[in-house]
Amino acid sequence: MDARFDLEMPESCEEALTLLAQDGAVPLAGGTDLIVDLRARRREPRLLVSLDRVAELRGIAAKNGRIEIGGRTTVTDLVRSPAIATAAPSLVQAGMAFAGQMVRNAATVAGNIASGSPAADLVPPLLSLDADVTLISTRGERTMPLAAFFIDYRKNAGQSDELIRTISWQRPPERAVNAFYKLARRKGDAITVTGVAVTVAIEGGRCTRARIALGAVAPTILRAQQAEAMLEGKALTPALIEAAAHEAAGQSRPIDDIRASAEYRRHMVKVLTRRLVSQAAERLG
Amino acid sequence: MASDRAITLRVNGRSITTAVPAHRTLLEALRDAGFVDVKRGCEKGDCGACAVLIDGVAIDACLTLAWTAEGRTIVTAAGLGKDELHPLQTSFIEKGAIQCGYCTPGLLIAAHSLLAMSPDPSEDEMRFELSGNLCRCTGYSKVFEAVKDAATKMAAREAHHD
Ligand SMILES: Cc1cc2nc3c(=O)[nH]c(=O)nc-3n(C[C@H](O)[C@H](O)[C@H](O)COP(=O)(O)OP(=O)(O)OC[C@H]3O[C@@H](n4cnc5c(N)ncnc54)[C@H](O)[C@@H]3O)c2cc1C
Ligand code: FES
Ligand code: FES
Repeated sequence: MDARFDLEMPESCEEALTLLAQDGAVPLAGGTDLIVDLRARRREPRLLVSLDRVAELRGIAAKNGRIEIGGRTTVTDLVRSPAIATAAPSLVQAGMAFAGQMVRNAATVAGNIASGSPAADLVPPLLSLDADVTLISTRGERTMPLAAFFIDYRKNAGQSDELIRTISWQRPPERAVNAFYKLARRKGDAITVTGVAVTVAIEGGRCTRARIALGAVAPTILRAQQAEAMLEGKALTPALIEAAAHEAAGQSRPIDDIRASAEYRRHMVKVLTRRLVSQAAERLG
Repeated sequence: MASDRAITLRVNGRSITTAVPAHRTLLEALRDAGFVDVKRGCEKGDCGACAVLIDGVAIDACLTLAWTAEGRTIVTAAGLGKDELHPLQTSFIEKGAIQCGYCTPGLLIAAHSLLAMSPDPSEDEMRFELSGNLCRCTGYSKVFEAVKDAATKMAAREAHHD
């Protein structure tokens, strides 16, 4: 490849952070976004800090009902994890619709979040789970809701010397459904046209939690908060679900591109939101 | 910046030492060292022609920097069989899963990693694990037939060894 840069391969997180404190240093995880960007000269960092050997950044842990995954955890790790299968079915569904085998084996959760793509498939599921993101640098550590991390198109709250160390969330309650649907032009290895993730919990006939996250229909991936508020505290009747789905579509701000028109995307937000919430309501009775 | 460094790569059981800069991809380094069964296609992760196993895991060599592969075990399609062809290779030949052959090394690697995980894969599993490999010739049906056939051969061989 023609691009020029230096490369360091630290063995510990601490070493990685010291290197990242330098000007022009950028973390390299699976490289499935970054190497493509470097080759196309969309980015010209001076130093790449490979996280390949930083074992402590990779793994899935469950304790006290909280799931914590390291930033370097791969999409394949997610798809194969029994803990994720029960604590976050939407993430497995996203992983099953993600790229092809070789990319899934390399692509990481932190890379997906940090890429800032509106079509990043792991993000709607994580938003639907109320995930937090923990950032670390030589200056210390801070945790924020993932929803607050995304600022604008490819712009996030992370500083250039910070690493996404972990992503964590509280396991959804027993009587909850968590699901994701990726609409794309093909089943395999395709970029998302519209992605919708929901978490719906029902207790005593009423919706106690509604989360609706929308991918690829705005400059950043977003939560349809007004639609969520319409559902919470109510019995999920078909009419209410229809109205909330309509509201979610109204909150999207899609664009026309080669994959689909804005109008189609907005329509599909409504269709998919209605479908996922209805299925959840049915399953939870 | 960008100065060469001598690295040692373990490829198909051999150790090779090569001096490459930080920006050299594993695909470029392997081909320069003579492992031309690793194919250069899109160079952006779309086609899977450059797939190799690193410590048993299939990855696209075009998205991997050569330095990061040091100390790992690399296997290319030509290294799958030991002294004879691997069952996947004979099945690809027998079932007509090869036309121009450009996608074949990558498909063999992806299929190998599929069978390591799932020795008797369903059609859905095959589609899921092989969707990162583009083939412009075969239409994939012969590829799926070949992978199934290889799975059967390998199961028979296992049973024979027991
Ligand atoms: C053929 C192909 C198909 C794809 N299909 C999909 C798909 O279906 N769905 C999808 O969502 N994406 C897809 N992608 C995009 C990409 O694979 C994902 O976004 C992936 O998760 C990126 O992770 P990575 O580890 O490869 O990141 P890298 O490319 O290594 O890095 C991406 C960005 O994240 C930063 N970064 C990495 N790790 C950290 C960290 N710990 N802390 C802070 N910043 C960090 C890097 O500096 C860089 O800016 C595809 C890519 C390719 C090439
Ligand atoms: S050349 Fe590597 S995926 Fe196409
Ligand atoms: S046989 Fe020609 S690309 Fe697959």
